[in-house]
Amino acid sequence: MSKPVSIDDSNFEQTVLQATKPVLMDFWATWCAPCRMIAPIVDELAEEYDGRINFVKLDVDQNPKTAAKYGIMSIPTLLIFKNGEPVSHIVGVRPKGELKQNLEAALG
Amino acid sequence: MDDNLDYDVVIIGGGPAGLTAGLYAARGKLNSLLIEKAVIGGQITNAGLIENFPGFPEGIDGFELGQLMQQQAEKYGLKIISAEVTGIELKEDSQKVVKTTEGDFETKAVIIAGAASRQKLGVPGEEEFTGRGVSYCATCDGPLFQDKAVAVAGGGNAAITEALHLAKFASRVIVIHRRDQLRATAILQERAFAEPKIEFLWDTTIEKIEGENFVKRLRLKQVKTGEKSTLEVAGVFVSIGFKPDTDYIKNVVPLDIVGHVITNEKMETEIPGVFAAGDIRHDSARQAVTAAGDGATAAIYAERFLTENK
Repeated sequence: MSKPVSIDDSNFEQTVLQATKPVLMDFWATWCAPCRMIAPIVDELAEEYDGRINFVKLDVDQNPKTAAKYGIMSIPTLLIFKNGEPVSHIVGVRPKGELKQNLEAALG
Repeated sequence: MDDNLDYDVVIIGGGPAGLTAGLYAARGKLNSLLIEKAVIGGQITNAGLIENFPGFPEGIDGFELGQLMQQQAEKYGLKIISAEVTGIELKEDSQKVVKTTEGDFETKAVIIAGAASRQKLGVPGEEEFTGRGVSYCATCDGPLFQDKAVAVAGGGNAAITEALHLAKFASRVIVIHRRDQLRATAILQERAFAEPKIEFLWDTTIEKIEGENFVKRLRLKQVKTGEKSTLEVAGVFVSIGFKPDTDYIKNVVPLDIVGHVITNEKMETEIPGVFAAGDIRHDSARQAVTAAGDGATAAIYAERFLTENK
């Protein structure tokens, strides 16, 4: 698995909260230009961290339940989960290097 | 990454100024690198429909315009990377080193074409509630405020464009402006005054943003009377302009008092081979089209500089 997997409200718990590896979750929507911009960066990171971190994405428009649960009011938001708990909360478009620092922290 | 690669020109910033400079530099067969720290397209990507860029009578989506400029420049060989520039070092042999989070790049010329960051209100609650009701991007977050009351801070083109966009989703849009009239262009003002969901609070500043997990209310002050009030909103969209990101070059090139780079009409700074273009420049009109023009001028004079200093 080297591309972010699209998930929805129904399988969020299984794919994210019950994952044995850290998970980066990309909250996005079709209307959001910066979300489209961040997508290729997240794709690259998914390649680089293949096997160590799972990458998923959730369309907040189609899945308001999960977005509301984590209080997503700005997108793109990236949450990094470890053992079912969010350990990083990154709002907006950030340089790839900064995202890597957050991912490394989740692995450490 | 690509440590010590030797470029003819390194362009800092991927908005209309940088992408146009990159287009001209690449077409001039200069070995060119563009460094963008966030979104290709820059500020225009958040602008929604851009109606004042010539050649698009129906307007063009700002994000799409950025993508098109990128494609056009890459077609001629511009290399683009995602990194944040941390400094520029001037070497004795007139070479420059652009230092970034992804390594150092040696170059003969530099075009500073980035970036401005959004001016924050600087009031209590703003940091705390960023992403929890405080937003800097109505096109991103507007739909998440369906049927809710929201405020917009600001009175310029960007603020009024955001208010008009938010009126499609929100139940009420309250524009809070510290002056008694808008700075936005006449056509945008007309549209805003005609939109029944948009209200205006004149001569008013936001003193504090309050809430629990999310924004619940704003504490306001009428600047002329000093009268204080409270406004219940679920969100506040801050659009009070941009401040130039030039801290990293303040010891390299002369800046004006606000932090804009000072150039002549050829986009040259005082340092030979260092140019600036777009909104970061002193006296810029801060429009996508003027930024593009600056970028073209900077690239043309950068090319001449390289020819003369071979």
